[in-house]
Amino acid sequence: MTQLLLDRSAPPVPTLDLQRPRLPRWAPVVVLGVSVAGAGLLGLLLGWSLAPMVIVAVLAFIVLLPAWSSVIEGGRAARNRLATALVWSAVGVALAPLVSLLWKVVQYGLPQINGRFLTWSMRNVIGEPGGIFHAIIGTLLITALATAISVPVGLLAAIHLVEYGGTSRVTALVRFLVDVMTGIPSIVAGLFAYALFALIIGPGTQLALGGAVALSLLMVPIVVRSTEEMLKLVPQELREAAYALGAPRWRTIVRVVLPTASGGIITGVTLAIARIIGETAPLLIVCGATDSTNFDVLKGQMASLSVFIYSSYTQTGTHPEILQGMAWGAAFVLIVVVMALNLTARLLGRFLSPRRPR
Amino acid sequence: MATSIDVSDLDVYYGDFLAVQGVTMTIPARSVTALIGPSGCGKSTFLRTLNRMHEVVPGAHVEGKVVVDGQSLYDSAVDPVEVRRHIGMVFQRPNPFPTMSIRDNVLSGLRLNGNAPKGDQADEVAEKALRGANLWDEVKDRLGKPGMSLSGGQQQRLCIARAIAVEPQVLLMDEPCSALDPISTSAIEDLIDELRYDYAIVIVTHNMQQAARVSENTAFFNLAGPGMPGRLVEMSPTRKMFTKPDDPATEAYISGRFG
Amino acid sequence: MNSLVRTSGSPRKRSLGDPAFAGLTRSAALAILVALAGVAVFLTIEGIPGFTAPADALAGHTTFLGYVWPLVFGTVLAAVLALVIAVPLSVALALAVSHVAPPRVATGIAYVVDLLAAVPSVVYGLWGIGFLGPQLVPLYRWLNAHAAWIPFFAGPVSTTGRTILTAGLVLAVMVMPIITAITREVFARSPRLTEEAALALGATRWEMIRMVVLPHGRSGVVSAAMLGLGRALGETMAVAMVLSASGVVTFHLISSTNPSTIAANIALTFADATGLQVNALIATGLVLFVLTLLVNMAARAIVVRSAPGGRP
Repeated sequence: MTQLLLDRSAPPVPTLDLQRPRLPRWAPVVVLGVSVAGAGLLGLLLGWSLAPMVIVAVLAFIVLLPAWSSVIEGGRAARNRLATALVWSAVGVALAPLVSLLWKVVQYGLPQINGRFLTWSMRNVIGEPGGIFHAIIGTLLITALATAISVPVGLLAAIHLVEYGGTSRVTALVRFLVDVMTGIPSIVAGLFAYALFALIIGPGTQLALGGAVALSLLMVPIVVRSTEEMLKLVPQELREAAYALGAPRWRTIVRVVLPTASGGIITGVTLAIARIIGETAPLLIVCGATDSTNFDVLKGQMASLSVFIYSSYTQTGTHPEILQGMAWGAAFVLIVVVMALNLTARLLGRFLSPRRPR
Repeated sequence: MATSIDVSDLDVYYGDFLAVQGVTMTIPARSVTALIGPSGCGKSTFLRTLNRMHEVVPGAHVEGKVVVDGQSLYDSAVDPVEVRRHIGMVFQRPNPFPTMSIRDNVLSGLRLNGNAPKGDQADEVAEKALRGANLWDEVKDRLGKPGMSLSGGQQQRLCIARAIAVEPQVLLMDEPCSALDPISTSAIEDLIDELRYDYAIVIVTHNMQQAARVSENTAFFNLAGPGMPGRLVEMSPTRKMFTKPDDPATEAYISGRFG
Repeated sequence: MNSLVRTSGSPRKRSLGDPAFAGLTRSAALAILVALAGVAVFLTIEGIPGFTAPADALAGHTTFLGYVWPLVFGTVLAAVLALVIAVPLSVALALAVSHVAPPRVATGIAYVVDLLAAVPSVVYGLWGIGFLGPQLVPLYRWLNAHAAWIPFFAGPVSTTGRTILTAGLVLAVMVMPIITAITREVFARSPRLTEEAALALGATRWEMIRMVVLPHGRSGVVSAAMLGLGRALGETMAVAMVLSASGVVTFHLISSTNPSTIAANIALTFADATGLQVNALIATGLVLFVLTLLVNMAARAIVVRSAPGGRP
């Protein structure tokens, strides 16, 4: 052993060379500038629109920077730069649809918004813009009903899984099926609700309660999952402290565990509402579409924002452009509601979270 | 050729937080230098600045100079990837690549550098590195098995073999024995004792007996005060350090009065 | 724990409260099982007449299989197109968040991706039919002019852009957040120590990612892709709005005749369906349900196997 090491005592690497030719720090910026300028110039000369110019600029950047790097820095560094450039391009590609979508919704939708748009229904409105009041009411009623069904069921089921479930096989099965349930296509949920009420009341029944049932099927697993995660974060010591004070298990859960996790649970429920409030397919099947305002969740078709968007845009009436414009307006309202819910959830999460142990 | 490291006036930051302040020391070639001090005093942080692993943490940066063989490590022309190739590192907990066999783990550094040896030559290199890490006899019959199948002490020696296979000039060890049992620890210490003829070794340790056993020189780090950055209190030959240190704080620490 | 509770407090109160509450939570958990079983049962009851329905209820097809096969084909084709586009993008995005971008930027990207997930599918459909489709027409013309020898790009080119490729693109944007979210978590869990080992050996960031992060995350990426597949298979409104479907079986991606999907077909024809036509549509829904169920179960099984204790 020692012998071998002594043989090695003349180190084989003669000098220590840490310096390597490297591209300056500003190299990516310069290459990006050159790519954009080049693509822009080429595009102007050949009369391209914006999209191909951007594509060519990105491609040029992806090719040029690693090429330059491989000349100066060598292959390994060039591959590193290529990977980095690809990752950043992917970020750009992913960002583009969101920006474009939000921009179009604002561009086409915002001009539609006025008092009449928000307070009228479409009842007896022909050949002129009406309002989406009936759709807003429908969305609010159906969503509220779905939340009223889903939150108790989801909350209690999550409590069962975390507090009583332990590691039994039934618990594992429920957990697995809840996971699977998050993947049920919304249209299947709609068909289920339709089939359910067709058997209970009669074929062809359309009512808002059915829509709420379908949405609940989509909402319950989301509530269960988020509540479960939050309950798991409550430290075991807290429960033990309550037991040590002589509190029965259910009081410990209601008085200690749930309040501790409440911030996260409320955030989760808000996000779940945001997820289902824009659902369309089940409502299209179970609630139908109507031009009138309907306050009765147990009887008759009920409009909703999402179905209104779909049916208005795809209807071929006498003045399709008017209805199409209204569809964008309704989309604007829907997006604002969804974003507001997401923002609320985020803020709630931030302000209610200090109680959450880390 | 022997490589020594000169550190002058080094400040180490995590974002705005100054973790270590004003370190000046010379780490001599072909010897073992131990860094000791209480928890959180910045010795591991300092160690990681010596091969630019420090900057892997987002926001982390340094001010001051680290000169290896006349080249400043933090010079803008220096490639951190090249630095890490020449200055190897062994971590607190063994971390072989879980998807690779023992043999592939040893060769992974060479493969990265594009000059992977082929066939027999690769076997030679692997054997040499594993012998260098005192692991050969234990694994020679199962080189194709996953690195994770070894015991903790063997894994750590595998990591040392992986580090020396690229023939670095300096070996940094960040509490390499803290996750190991006494027998494995002693095997690693024997190994360090043999490696000192080839490498400049810098070892962070919490165990003062270990520092006394393996090192020629010892540096004592301490916090300047509660909430203050860590600093180098004293660096002396180990023998002197453990008998009559210059600084009363060193003596207090070594004699076990705090830390 | 139990004995601690038993020996303290008032026994009478406990004997009522605890079992009652436990029973309440158990019944909620069972209600979920019943609901899932109910989906299968009710779809089957209402769907069975559809399997044997006559041709006039099956849009002219003589057998249910002949009716549903082109729809299954279209469903799978659109979903696969979406995955082919979305998976590489999602992996790159996840890497950007977990390993490439500086922390602040990474948080921003993660937030934007979450926003993409929050947009309702009907709005995606509106964007696809009202903006993206028409924008893609020049690209489709160009592809047809220069690459028509690839069968995918055979003509006649759609003039509205409402093709299966556009539908696949919109679906890709919709499933990308799902795949990214799971992949990101898997990548973030890749062992820090092993990453540092690679870097300390002198690996570049990309080499470190290839040596440590990608092998560690492989099965996570697979299951994320399958969950995305499940979502894409069942997505309804975006496809129903974007696609100008004629129910054919074809691999021509940019032509004016396109296959339809199960979900879109239900949404488009349900309102006008009567009698056995409804049963036939519900039967196709049952087929879709089984298809997505299988895909999702497989995905979950991979998750459970690859990351014990960690669900996405």
